[in-house]
Amino acid sequence: MDIAQKLSILTDAAKYDAACTSSGVRRASRPGMIGNTTSSIAGCCHSFSADGRCITLLKVLMSNACCYDCAYCVNRRSNDTPRASFTPRELAELTIEFYRRNYIEGLFLSSGVLRSPDYTTEQMIAALRMLRQEYRFNGYIHAKAIPGTSPELVHQLGLLADRLSVNIELPSQQGLQTLAPDKTKEAILRPMGQIRDTVRENKRELVKYKHAPSFAPAGQSTQLIVGATADSDRHILHLTESLYGKYRLKRVFYSAYVPVVESSLLPSLDTKPPLLREHRLYQADWLLRFYGFRAQELLDEDHPDFNPYLDPKAHWALGHLEEFPVDILTADIETLLRVPGIGPVSAKRIVSARRSTYIRFEDLQKLGVVMKRAQFFITCGGRMRPGLQFSSATLLQQLEAVERGDLPHSEAQQLSLFDAVG
Amino acid sequence: MAICLTVRRSNYLFSTQWGDPMAWRDVVFQYDGTFEGFLCCVFESYVHKEFPIAFCGDEDCCSLYEVRFITTETEKWKRVYNSITSRSKAAGDIVRRCFFTCLPDKEQHLYAFIRKLYDEGPSFIRNPADEVYHPIAKALRHMNGELEKLRGFVRFSDYSGVLGAEIEPKNRVLPLLRYHFCARYASESFFIYDRTHKELLVYAKGHSRIMQVDSLQLALPGDEELHFRMLWRRFFNAISIEERHNPRCQNTFLPKRYRGTMTEFLPQEECGHSSIPPSIDAALPNCGAQGGIPAPVIHQESAPSAAG
Repeated sequence: MDIAQKLSILTDAAKYDAACTSSGVRRASRPGMIGNTTSSIAGCCHSFSADGRCITLLKVLMSNACCYDCAYCVNRRSNDTPRASFTPRELAELTIEFYRRNYIEGLFLSSGVLRSPDYTTEQMIAALRMLRQEYRFNGYIHAKAIPGTSPELVHQLGLLADRLSVNIELPSQQGLQTLAPDKTKEAILRPMGQIRDTVRENKRELVKYKHAPSFAPAGQSTQLIVGATADSDRHILHLTESLYGKYRLKRVFYSAYVPVVESSLLPSLDTKPPLLREHRLYQADWLLRFYGFRAQELLDEDHPDFNPYLDPKAHWALGHLEEFPVDILTADIETLLRVPGIGPVSAKRIVSARRSTYIRFEDLQKLGVVMKRAQFFITCGGRMRPGLQFSSATLLQQLEAVERGDLPHSEAQQLSLFDAVG
Repeated sequence: MAICLTVRRSNYLFSTQWGDPMAWRDVVFQYDGTFEGFLCCVFESYVHKEFPIAFCGDEDCCSLYEVRFITTETEKWKRVYNSITSRSKAAGDIVRRCFFTCLPDKEQHLYAFIRKLYDEGPSFIRNPADEVYHPIAKALRHMNGELEKLRGFVRFSDYSGVLGAEIEPKNRVLPLLRYHFCARYASESFFIYDRTHKELLVYAKGHSRIMQVDSLQLALPGDEELHFRMLWRRFFNAISIEERHNPRCQNTFLPKRYRGTMTEFLPQEECGHSSIPPSIDAALPNCGAQGGIPAPVIHQESAPSAAG
């Protein structure tokens, strides 16, 4: 099998992994080595594929000859699909040549479970070691820690990679039992805990010894599949929050389930991936990380799921009308961040601008505020925007109308004369 | 040839505190198009109490207004630059960076900015909605966006050991991309050609230079280069999930104007499939598509802009 065929097969098998970022670590170039990881704080996108997702890393599997039989996975052993494996040299050469041409920011290496988790990880370590030591690669590497790998091997992997990730995939233990019988919750959480502890320890060592080898300097991330099981948004969001808190994750990725295999336990093959739901979860994830929201504020037992036609912040604001309107001239930055249509950047600009001048409604758009959303929730010097008409009964409809323009056609809703208002 | 008949002044310049505008004469400044030259214009404007009704570059300047020719002198531009940075470091940065943007009439916007800085001090920079600062802030944001994208979208080809790339940016980004690429490919030799501004960034053995080059002929790519281009296209096509197909989202993040120089979007045959026999390869016209990257189209009629 030639390298082009292998690349096609192993990319195709890796594409359902959502993580493709190169953020979290700044490492200057070193003499005699190729590359650096200093492009920017948020990572660097090198291309965008036809599905609109960013391509930052060469995302491939080491091998797709998996011995597990997870029902949701395209690489399960009972699936009839072509199998291939890279040799360490092929992989290293491909990475270096792509990197030199500025196609990629680095390597994302995952793998199906070849023979056993330990054997698979050894193969990955061999490839990464060749890339780092023989080919002197100094760019970004994201590696998957396979659940069930022994701690010593995870440690070695972490010394070679910038970021590690362990995929949780199914958001509940029950889902895991039915759909991925070879994996257990403990096998997933153990390496996560180990990575967290080692990273923390490593930070302390680096303070003491300048040249201590760094362990996964860009931290760890994980991925949850949305829509393969019956878990609610509320459950997923609470899980996310505890992962950020307890396991110190840098990112949690959500992947809308794309039906790839026929199974009585899964949604049928003609189900469309729940892309809008995935989008809302990402928005909520941002609210947790950058806007100071808590999961319990966003969703409660009576409302376990987001309204797909409304963004989560507007959804929250509608339920808490007593906190509005907020005055632009006097509100503190935490309060500003809770207004739909105002983000961290525009909130900062407002706070900075009002120190030197009197802000008018016309200025807000120039400061980056999305007025079509924010107008319902703000006042400027005690007055609402002139000419604005709405009531708490019509607000939901007005906000949904704002959103409708941004939705893809199939997701847009037919207006009805007979819907209950409010 | 620039013809300056229309008058465009920022409202601020009409509105204000700095005395009777009639005391200042309206003139057209002609300078060499460099940042230093522009700072010298500011210097002369204050010395002779002359208001720049327009700026024009080194080419013939035909105007009904009086034309003042400015020569660039190190002493003068340093004095102006220091006076700006001594009021605010951020302002110095804004002026320097904004000069690289494609903002129409940027000299006039910058002149108004510097003037306001001298009159009122730097506090207005805190407000991006400020009348004078807003167009500049917007242009800077546009350029930063382009820089961010180009760091990822530049595509190098290997020409027997030397890496080469071409870009078609709107802003003059090469001086700002220089640091990033020189750091990343410190151990390589490479060049990046800016087709829009006809500038070439060359780097080898720790030294880089930016120079004006009217056109660039690239050599034909070798077999190995074609092989890796093919692999990259394979990867690019395989990574996309068909069920999630979303061209609108792709267009938002990767606007079509960048695709003319990106390997994965160039037509298949140009990207060199080994099926093209060498004889045909050699017969490709010199001016046309070489190695998958079309040669720059040179517009004879367009003289260099005032910005240079």
